Amino acid sequence: MTMEQVFARPKCMTKTPFHYCPGCDHGVVHRLIGESLDELELGDKTIGVAPVGCSVFAFDYFTFDFNQAAHGRAPAVATGIKRVRPDHIVFTYQGDGDLAAIGTAEIIHAANRGEKITVIFINNAIYGMTGGQMAPTTLVGMKTATSPYGRDAQLCGNPIKMAEMLATLEAPVYVTRVSVNTPANLMKAKKALKNAFRLQKEGKGFTFVEVVCICPTNWGKTPNDAHKWLAEKMLPVFPLGTYKDVLGVDKG
Amino acid sequence: MADKVLMKGNEVIGEAAVLAGCRYYFGYPITPQSEIPAYLSRRLPEVEGVFLQAESEVAAINMVYGAASAGARVMTSSSSPGVSLKQEGLSYIAGAELPCVVVNVVRGGPGLGNISPAQSDYWQATRGGGHGDYRTLVLAPNSVQEIADMTIAAFELADRFRNPVLLLVDGILGQMMEPVQLPAPLSYDLNQKPWALGNPNRKGGRNLCSTIFLDVEQLEEHNWHLYQKYQVVTDEFAKGAYQHLAVETHAVDDAEIILVGYGIISRILKTVVEKARKRGIKAGLVRPKTLWPFPSQVLADLAARTKQFLVVEMSCGQMVEDVKLAVNGRKPVFFFGRTGGTVPSDFEILNEVDKLVRPD
Ligand SMILES: Cc1ncc(C[n+]2csc(CCOP(=O)(O)OP(=O)(O)O)c2C)c(N)n1
Ligand code: SF4
Ligand SMILES: [Mg+2]
Repeated sequence: MTMEQVFARPKCMTKTPFHYCPGCDHGVVHRLIGESLDELELGDKTIGVAPVGCSVFAFDYFTFDFNQAAHGRAPAVATGIKRVRPDHIVFTYQGDGDLAAIGTAEIIHAANRGEKITVIFINNAIYGMTGGQMAPTTLVGMKTATSPYGRDAQLCGNPIKMAEMLATLEAPVYVTRVSVNTPANLMKAKKALKNAFRLQKEGKGFTFVEVVCICPTNWGKTPNDAHKWLAEKMLPVFPLGTYKDVLGVDKG
Repeated sequence: MADKVLMKGNEVIGEAAVLAGCRYYFGYPITPQSEIPAYLSRRLPEVEGVFLQAESEVAAINMVYGAASAGARVMTSSSSPGVSLKQEGLSYIAGAELPCVVVNVVRGGPGLGNISPAQSDYWQATRGGGHGDYRTLVLAPNSVQEIADMTIAAFELADRFRNPVLLLVDGILGQMMEPVQLPAPLSYDLNQKPWALGNPNRKGGRNLCSTIFLDVEQLEEHNWHLYQKYQVVTDEFAKGAYQHLAVETHAVDDAEIILVGYGIISRILKTVVEKARKRGIKAGLVRPKTLWPFPSQVLADLAARTKQFLVVEMSCGQMVEDVKLAVNGRKPVFFFGRTGGTVPSDFEILNEVDKLVRPD
């Protein structure tokens, strides 16, 4: 009797073990990207851009070409790549410090130009790589290495909502916020990624997938507690859902 | 060969880039280089190229980083304050060993300064400006014709050494109109660089563009590798294939005083040399055409023969340090400068020469 293989490493991913902390969502999202690209048969026609952040070594985990960009600049770098290689899928993979603080200008203008790229935005409400400092997405009252008394909205403003902001622009064709905190949400996240890559393949325009993620290490929580906290505290501030879907792909 | 045409320096940069096979330009408006993006926004679509006005100089240089990593001949241009913003990107581009051309049509600083011509970005241009152990090649034309020739050379050098090349252009030259013979177009194939991202003509495996080396031994090895490349560049400018781009000398054989200046200043200094010689002063001129690598050996050799040097710059004195390093104490090195956007006259420089040669 032959056995059917039902679970395997995506073809466009390497055998390199993830360097992420136990329970970290980065690896989960990587895998969803790998599966989506495989299923769309785009694995050998893709170029990734990973700027600084815990996922700066994302290139280690994928078999396709990669560019390692400076902090916040990935959408500009991806613009340059996509203009030269329009036949390729070009995506950026950015953290919240990266995309919503230092790289705010680059993300807004890449989206506003309607660059035909996909931006995957890992919102874990913290600067992971540098040791848990306050991010623009940090919740009010949340304690971090640089907000030891809790984020004070009077001093530091409120968490910035990138999906909502980008959805106000004319050009983006798909702007959605997902999470991988439950099996059901994980399936929705994968569908969103596939939608985004498919839209890019069809040359439709700028696509944005925000993934609300945990950072157990810098939140000082076990992965389980972190997921509970995400559902209770983060999702009310960052509601899941699609904020812009010009071509109605979520329904399709 | 095409006939000579009358063109503005900045527009020649744009046309020469197109002739060199550059099909991608990313930039942000700033005076006095605005004719470059204006020209290319019209010209690049004619050759199926991409002109993109970026949201900032930071974004522009990172678009260059992306396009260069994908194998394109690509250029950005700016003027002093904008070039400051490009330094992070330049460090990444040099670290990742990508070719690109960056134009600085220099204006007065520091800060916002003014839009008048200056040479006060010499240190930034030749010492890096960004972080880390890296170098950029720096070409400094002194005529509109040389702008054309050096723009072409810049793209070839960038590809040859996989390194950013900076074209340091005086504000006056960018604005000046002169007759120019445009060079013949070069052919360029997007897939000629086997290391480029997305290039189907690769040897196999995947292509990666990265500057991160967490392992200290690997980063040290990488930095020494870059250093060795810079040594090859230096050698080829001193005595190899690029000697013709390194330096121009004029009336130095019997010179008792050698004037040193680059860019537009060198043209004024040529007049000074003629006028000084009419007064019986044996003056000569050394013009570095390339500022990095610096033509140190030529100055060192002349130090054995001449009596003194006078460095003239439109700054408070920046290149003078390189001249002193080259001369290494063998002869006195003096400095005369005007700054803040002021161009010195041949008359005031001649006065300085007079004072040095005939002290009361
Ligand atoms: C110009 C610059 N400033 C600061 C840093 C330091 N730095 C590295 S990663 C990072 C923040 C990472 O946070 P985020 O983007 O949220 O990614 P995460 O690690 O949480 O996935 C910072 C500030 C840098 N590398 N470059
Ligand atoms: S620090 Fe946080 S984001 Fe970074 S790998 Fe660890 S858990 Fe993941
Ligand atoms: Mg983060």
